[in-house]
Parts: sequence; structure tokens; C-alpha cells
Amino acid sequence: MDVIIENLPLYWDGLLRTLFLSAVSGIIALFVGTLLAAARVSPVAALRGFSTVYVEVLRNTPLTIAFFFAAVVLPRLGVRFEQFEVAAIIALSAYTAAFVAEAVRSGVNSVPLGQAEAARSIGMKFGQVLTLIILPQALRTVIPPLINILIALVKNSSVAGAFFVLELFGYGRQMANANGDQVMAVLLGVAFFYLLLTVPLGILASTVERKVAIAR
Amino acid sequence: MTTQASGDALVSLNGVNKHYGQLHVLKDINLQVRKGEVVVVIGPSGSGKSTLCRTINRLETIDTGEISIDGKRLPEEGKHLAELRADVGMVFQSFNLFAHKTILENVTLGPIKVKGVNKAEADKEAMKLLERVGVGHQAPKLPAQLSGGQQQRVAIARALAMKPKVMLFDEPTSALDPEMINEVLDVMIQLAKEGMTMIVVTHEMGFARKAADRVVFMADGQIVEDAEPEEFFTNPQSSRAKDFLSKLLTH
Repeated sequence: MDVIIENLPLYWDGLLRTLFLSAVSGIIALFVGTLLAAARVSPVAALRGFSTVYVEVLRNTPLTIAFFFAAVVLPRLGVRFEQFEVAAIIALSAYTAAFVAEAVRSGVNSVPLGQAEAARSIGMKFGQVLTLIILPQALRTVIPPLINILIALVKNSSVAGAFFVLELFGYGRQMANANGDQVMAVLLGVAFFYLLLTVPLGILASTVERKVAIAR
Repeated sequence: MTTQASGDALVSLNGVNKHYGQLHVLKDINLQVRKGEVVVVIGPSGSGKSTLCRTINRLETIDTGEISIDGKRLPEEGKHLAELRADVGMVFQSFNLFAHKTILENVTLGPIKVKGVNKAEADKEAMKLLERVGVGHQAPKLPAQLSGGQQQRVAIARALAMKPKVMLFDEPTSALDPEMINEVLDVMIQLAKEGMTMIVVTHEMGFARKAADRVVFMADGQIVEDAEPEEFFTNPQSSRAKDFLSKLLTH
């Protein structure tokens, strides 16, 4: 266990970097995912088609492929980054956005059709119906699944460690290499610090679920 | 535009047809409603009366024919459709109050977001309307905290807040407990007396007798009879209407 105490600053730094990666990717994914969900229910067939293809492709391929594209293929296409973190954020948010879109879409479907009809009947346009009536209700019902997606994102961010981004898991690998005799302890430490991020998120999910439920 | 037949009609349906797949739900519907008129649409379930009501603000599309409101043909989609809908109030069977908004916000949302009325003005108007339908003291509550009858009265206030030219009622009392039906009907009768143009799909024959200027009887997607209430209830012409009325009276 000494190895954990000795390396606390590294663990702490890794935790912050993981938190940063997850937070930035999470915010982008929530935003992009909601847009994708809106596109999925829009009256424009092209938007629906794009959103469907995007969600199905990203959701049904491994995250490593998204990372590979962001880290290797994008630079060859002329998109260059100063740091690998940017590639990691692109990959994580693109991948997570697909899951967010599916969750938000299921939330949109859970809002009774009559809500949209009532909104349309007082003269609201599609955008107003969506942003004033449907999404506020849909998002409340999908907060728990969204938090689950964010928990998965925190864990998924460890893939960045394999692409030369230093975060919790990346530091863990370094520490394991440096302390070959105490690999088990190092990895237990890594797991503990991940739990430090994900368990509170889970608690938040159940609290929020009770608070924002809408009575019908 | 072929509106010469409609004359001074506020709502005009000409040769309207609609299919659900094989099912011909609206068969060549012609209906003119003048300003200030109260038309009650009755008929057995599945006769197309709700569908008819919903085509008038294009919550249901139609296959052929033409619907005009105040001389303006219903647009297919988009901004102009939204503008026209603002002139047509709608009250639903299941109330459909916005579940995440307070009673007051339910009524003010349309005026503020669609008409651009400022909040203070909209609040004042909304409170007047809520007082008028007897739920003023419920303003800060959420819809789920109100009884069905109260919710439906709020729904009427929400529609009135847009100052519509015509009000559509799609079975407004069918989801209500018996003791709450009258509180909603009273509001509707009051509205009719004040000269609002109304198209009401209902099973409440008492309302039809008391408030209607005309009764339209539908069966199998067709308008079978179109008469004054007294005439329709005492002397129905068609066998379908006689059959329908006899079933009502025996219960």
C-alpha cells in the first residue's frame, strides 16, 4: 500500500486530468447529443437520416475505433492538434453523443403526444414546441440514464491512456511499470480513484431522479 | 381560391376527404360555420367526429378538399400554419396542460411566446381568464395538483388567452368524472352566450339542447344530418340518427 501513499500526487493529478477530460467531453456530448436527438425527431428527412446513421455507427463500433480515427486518421486529413488531449476529447464526445442522443430521444418519446398537440394548437412553431414543451419534460425523465452515460464516460476516458494521454489510467500504467512488484496495489489505487468520481455521480443520479420527476 | 360557396362562413370545409389506409374516415365533408355560431357534432364512436374537429387546425391532415378559417385557406405546414392555429383555440379530451408549467404559465405561454405580449400584461390577462373559469386561486400550482374539471377549465382559459376566432372542443368532458362535467359545461355555455364561435364534439346532449345553434350528426365518416337542436332531437330524418337517439334515450 506504500506505493499508493508515495504516489498520491500522481494519483491526484491523474484524477484531475480524468475529471477534466470527462467534464469537457461530457458537456460537448450532452450538447451535441441533444442536437442529434432534435434532428432525429425533426420534420426534415435529411436531418433525421443523418442523425440515425451517426447514432447507429458510433453506438455500434468500439470506442477504440473512435480514438483511432481522432488520433490517427484526422491528422492525416489535415486536422492537426498540439496535444493528444484534443483528439481524446473529440473521440470521447463523438462517441458519447450517440448514447446521449438515444437517451434524449427515448425521453422525447416518453412525453405524451398531447403535449405537442396542445403546443401546436396555440400557434407554436416546431422549434418552440421542442425547446419550450418537449425537451424540458424529456430531459427531466432522462437525467438518470444521462448520468449513467456520464459514469460510462468517466470509465471510457481511460482509453485515452492508451493513446498517450496522461490521465488516471495512464499514470496507473506508468506507476505499474515503475513498481513491478506492487502492480496489484497500484491498480487497486487506480480503481479507488475512479470510484471516487463515479460513485458520487451514481448518488447524484438517484437524488436528482427523486427531485425532478414530473407529476402527471 | 374557391370561397364563393362559403359566404360569410368563419370556418368552411369543402369536399374534405381523409383516409387512414383503407379506412375512409371523412367522406366528402361540407360544413360552414358562421361567426358566433355554436355547432355541436355528435355521432357514434368511430364516426369521424373527432377527426373532423382535428382537421380544422390541421392536427390531422386531409387528403382532398379545402378548409378555410375566416376566408384564409389552411396552409400545409410551417410559419403560416402556426399563425393560423393561434386563431383557432382547441380544447382536448385529455386536457393536455403543459405538465412542467404552473397553471398561470400554461395560460401565459402562448401570449408571451407566440404573440410577443409582455409578461406583466400576459399575467394580468391570464389571471382575469382564470378567475372567469373559476380557478384563479390555483394559479401557482402545477396541473397534476388540480382535479380533471379544474384542469379542463384551465385548458379553456389557455385557449382563450390567444383571443381565438373560433374554439374547437374535442370531447371536452369525456375524460371527466360525472360530478365535474357540469363545471366545464357551465363555462362552455357561458362562452357560447358571449358569442364565441364554437365547434363542439360531445356526447352531452344536454349541452347540445341548451347551447347549440346547430347539431351536426355524423356516422361512418359522413355528415348525415345538419339541423337545429330542437328539430334534430324531436324529429330526426335519417334512420341512423333515429337509431342513435333511441339508444341514448333508453339509458
